[in-house]
Amino acid sequence: MFDRNTLRALAAGDRHADRVVPPTGFTAQLTLFVSGAMAFLAVFALALSLASGRLADRWGDELARTATIRIVAPEDQRAIQTTAALQVLSTTPGIANARALTDEEQQALLAPWFGQDLPLDTLPIPRLIEIEATDQGFDATGLRLRLAAEVPGAVLDDHGRWREPLVSAAQRMRLLGWTVALLIIGAVAAMVTLAANAALAANAQVIAVLRLVGATDSYIANAFVRRFTLRALVGSAVGTFIGLIAVWIMPSGGETPGFLTGLGFSGLGWLVPIVLPVVCAAVALLATAYAASRALRTLT
Amino acid sequence: MIELENVAYSYGGGELLSDISVKLAPGSFHFLTGPSGAGKTTLLKLCYGALLPTAGHVRLFERDVRSLERDDVAMIRRRVGVVHQDVQFLDHLSVSDNAALPLTVSGRQADTANGDLTELMAWVGLTHRADAMPPELSGGERQRAALARAVIMSPDVVLADEPTGNVDWDMSQRLLTLLVELNKMGKTVLLATHDLSLIRAAKAQVQARVLRISNRRVQLAGADL
Repeated sequence: MFDRNTLRALAAGDRHADRVVPPTGFTAQLTLFVSGAMAFLAVFALALSLASGRLADRWGDELARTATIRIVAPEDQRAIQTTAALQVLSTTPGIANARALTDEEQQALLAPWFGQDLPLDTLPIPRLIEIEATDQGFDATGLRLRLAAEVPGAVLDDHGRWREPLVSAAQRMRLLGWTVALLIIGAVAAMVTLAANAALAANAQVIAVLRLVGATDSYIANAFVRRFTLRALVGSAVGTFIGLIAVWIMPSGGETPGFLTGLGFSGLGWLVPIVLPVVCAAVALLATAYAASRALRTLT
Repeated sequence: MIELENVAYSYGGGELLSDISVKLAPGSFHFLTGPSGAGKTTLLKLCYGALLPTAGHVRLFERDVRSLERDDVAMIRRRVGVVHQDVQFLDHLSVSDNAALPLTVSGRQADTANGDLTELMAWVGLTHRADAMPPELSGGERQRAALARAVIMSPDVVLADEPTGNVDWDMSQRLLTLLVELNKMGKTVLLATHDLSLIRAAKAQVQARVLRISNRRVQLAGADL
């Protein structure tokens, strides 16, 4: 569709050529507004996607490195089995740290459900052992077999049962965010194509005059392509800027961000939306070139 | 330069032109006459590649028009200046910008050819209207502006389709004089008109051949004009 010379001419611009197409107020404003609005929405879609990605990574990493052992045994056996389990853990490769929770810590964990005055000593509450794995992790299957042999009351919970759906949900949210961003770009392409078609149809007489005086189709097409590309670039740059400010002023969740409070960009992630105006301009360029080549083939 | 050989052109199921053979030699002046609807405009359009013949051959600058790509047609139009009766301009550009349009689309900046443009506007008598917008022009001024636009690239051929159709007798004479001057500069001119008095008036100024379209065919007109 474009050779190198055409692209160079498009990039360089042509003050005189740009003037041959009359200014079209309505389509100009439409293109600017829709590009801006779409870029604004795309910033949020990207923020959602990147935030979901971070949550998926965090949940995946943090929860994969922790596990819990419950010691479910008669009261007179509980302390012995706890000690035995800690002994097993101390000789298990991949375990960085393991400790039994104190009564106070267990009380604090149950307090939201049973209140502060729960008499732990009168209830058969299992003892909990908190495990922190090394970066390499531990062999959960092997550990289960050892515990079954040496500590019959120990039950290993590596959090996989509830970690996996959460990570999977976060990953789907990330995919959804990218899908929305792509749909928005597709909508920009459709809108620019419609606006360019309208502009070309409205300027049929201009095109006839230009052809009469020896303008090539690529010259005529470029005059429209340059105009729509520039509009999409300016509109989406403004929309992206406003979107970034909106994301920036959203309340932060601090150290423990959730989906809403963690919606935003982090580190180099702030650079990702900057690509949006370039993508919108490229999409507008291709859409207008497509519309122009079709229209110029049919206009005589 | 421009050659039509056994050309026919059909439109809407009917044959408008039949077995036309015309050759426009370099530096020649031709009138094309005939009643309204005879096919004068169609013949002119065949002469600059705006229409393709349904039979026969049209050769523009030694090239068969059927073998031309769209860009080739554009290049040929830079060598053929065209003036229509119902002349169209880009209404958002000034008269001088419109006159310079062929330079603009061919990549030659009108700024650098400013001297030529000023001279040309003076030649067609529109210096005082150079900055006006096309809708502000009278019929005669529009035709002269169109002529300026048609010749700014110094084309080899000028085709004029009823350029005097919407103007009074004095303006007709003025336009005719401009076309004759172009011919004396070596340009080939084909002027389509149904106005026989214009042709008679031209006889004193230029040696011209008169082609008449009659019954779909072109014949060389005789002394009855």
